[in-house]
Amino acid sequence: MTTSALALSPSTIDYPLHTISILVRNQPGVLVRVCLVFARRGYNLESLVVSPGVQDKNFSRITTTCRGELATLEQIIKQLAKLVDVVQAIDHTGQQVVETEIALIKIRCEGELRAEVLQIVEHYKAKVVDYKSESLVVQIAGVTAKLDNFVELVKPLGVTEMVRSGKLLIARGSDET
Amino acid sequence: MNQPIANKGETTTAETPDRIPTGGEMLIRCLEREGVTHVFGLSGGAAMPIFDALYDSKIKLILTRHEQGATHMADGWSRATGGVGVALVTSGPGATNTVTGLLTALMDSVPMIVLCGQTISPMLGKDAFQEADVTGITYPVVKHSYLVRNTNDIPRVMREAFHIATTGRPGPVLIDLPKDVTSGPCTASMVDEINLPGYELPSRASADKLKEAAAILSRSRRPVLYVGHGSVISGAGEAIMRLAEKLRAPIVNTLLGKGATPEDGPLHLGMLGMHGTAYANKAVADCDCIMAIGARWDDRITGKLSEFCMGAAKIHIDIDPAEFNKIVRPDVSLSGDARAIVEDLIPLIEPAETKDWLAQIAQWRKQYPLKYSKKGGLKAQHVLDRLDKLTKREAIITTDVGQHQMWAAQFCLTTKNRHWLSSGGAGTMGFGFPSAMGAQFAFPDKQVWTVVGDGGFQMTLCELATASLHKLPVKILIINNHYLGMIRQWQELFYDNRLSGADLDGNPDFVKLGAAYGVKGWNIKRAADIDRVLKAAIAYNDGPCIVNAEVVKEDNVFPMIPAGAALKDMLIERPKRKLAKPTGST
Repeated sequence: MTTSALALSPSTIDYPLHTISILVRNQPGVLVRVCLVFARRGYNLESLVVSPGVQDKNFSRITTTCRGELATLEQIIKQLAKLVDVVQAIDHTGQQVVETEIALIKIRCEGELRAEVLQIVEHYKAKVVDYKSESLVVQIAGVTAKLDNFVELVKPLGVTEMVRSGKLLIARGSDET
Repeated sequence: MNQPIANKGETTTAETPDRIPTGGEMLIRCLEREGVTHVFGLSGGAAMPIFDALYDSKIKLILTRHEQGATHMADGWSRATGGVGVALVTSGPGATNTVTGLLTALMDSVPMIVLCGQTISPMLGKDAFQEADVTGITYPVVKHSYLVRNTNDIPRVMREAFHIATTGRPGPVLIDLPKDVTSGPCTASMVDEINLPGYELPSRASADKLKEAAAILSRSRRPVLYVGHGSVISGAGEAIMRLAEKLRAPIVNTLLGKGATPEDGPLHLGMLGMHGTAYANKAVADCDCIMAIGARWDDRITGKLSEFCMGAAKIHIDIDPAEFNKIVRPDVSLSGDARAIVEDLIPLIEPAETKDWLAQIAQWRKQYPLKYSKKGGLKAQHVLDRLDKLTKREAIITTDVGQHQMWAAQFCLTTKNRHWLSSGGAGTMGFGFPSAMGAQFAFPDKQVWTVVGDGGFQMTLCELATASLHKLPVKILIINNHYLGMIRQWQELFYDNRLSGADLDGNPDFVKLGAAYGVKGWNIKRAADIDRVLKAAIAYNDGPCIVNAEVVKEDNVFPMIPAGAALKDMLIERPKRKLAKPTGST
């Protein structure tokens, strides 16, 4: 994947965020083919998750959030659907979906700061998954906004590393994702 | 050791029934099974097992002098026949030389198979000799591609590749074949079934949408049928003619739509767009309904999009739904095969009166005919006009890209489907000559002309050797103005005549060059030579021949809609005033 496909350039930051779910055949190169459809049309992928299919290991699901001109999105979805290895591509923006994201955050904190971190962790129903004398690793799951808020709060308290999964999403009820 | 050299066809190893075939042999059997009779290619180390297997096959190998030529020959074969042309090349530079040919085929929806040798699997990604990430390099220029990792996948991949290349919106498929995969044993048997869950073919247009489109057409008093390459590919011409007759509607076609319907018909206005006829463009600018039949509202057609057919209802027929709303938001979109849709539409239509409309068009036709002056030196238009008459519109004509292409499109009317082959979307210089060779290999008894410029011809003229060797009677008409003419035209019109990179000083004597390859040739230096030379070329059938027409150096193609300008701003002839630089892409 090219970095340009993932980097958030200032020119697209004002566009609304779209969440697209793409069901693909597990063929070599399929991720590149998918990313090229976005990159060629100036779309930036902000997050991208690939997960294996449940019933059939021959298929995977790509969930991606991206920004760009709305008029281009219809074309992107159609061009994705045209790829031989793409079974379907759906824009879930505005749909009834369950969405979540997970993050692991390493915080260097001692003494009073540590107490403050733990308070925030408890309030956010996050979990400490690694407890060392000079640092904590916190695991937090939830919608993107919740994670953003949590990160804002703990950032000044000594965040040194963070890994986020990117948005995960599934359609509600019997709707297909 | 003094081993005798085996002659082709004398060895019998491949016919031994019990022996397990190699991947390469299986590959060739798959090609035979798909009905392939010719393969255009250039050999190399990584492709040796495939070339070795070809040794025993009935498939004719046409050894080209450059891989780009091989792809354009395969492309020309496909365009002329409606079948699938096959190119076979080796790894690394052999494969990268096919990229232009792949783009050319993709942009014009041409089915083609490109087989590439590749380094052995264990060396992939290790910078082996002549290794290149060919699938990676070609992702954006193929309809689909394969890197085959297992010899037993060959029959399945080959069946899928032909299926994908030829169905739906056709396009090129590339297959990258590591040498160990083609030399290893293949125990898999032929595959008939196709299992491609992500590859859906468009269903037939719904009855509701057909009714909607028919209603719009029925109330239209100034309709235009806009015919593109999709009509050629689907063979929709006869149906379109019936529709046009019923509606009493004029037909315009794109550069690639030439020949879908006979261009010399009374309802036909010729080519529209940037260098289309004035009356075609005036009709499009003034219509109240335009129906695209296998055409994609290319920027050469629409000009300034915000002013294109503003008041007109738009109907779009395309086999590729991704074309709807891409450039133009149609009132009705009908996805599916052009011919089937037009046939379905005909009985639903109750045409309105279009007499006034046709009268108006007839007046435009009279007022703004295509014209050129026979005075002031040899004119390309004059040569092409005579070619049109002397070939009686029976020949297959291919072109290169540039001024000569536009003049040929204007003056050589195409009356038969698949008799006009030109690189439209990609605008690939170097396409003309090898694509004509592909067409000639497919139809050895047909008259095949290629109209080329002195610039583009030099990009692939090494194939003179190939054509000469096979005594291929392709007739090469060089419109030689010692310039990259279209560049010069733009620089004259829009860049204060500051000629930069337009002059082709140093051109060879093309007739002498031909002679070096054993190719017959003539010069046309004045108008009086035209008929004599063209007739001699038409009569000559003992291999390829070159007609070098030394036309006036500084002539321009008109009409012209400057890139990004509206159709109404069309220039009928050279304007006196200075022109602003065009805003459109190219």
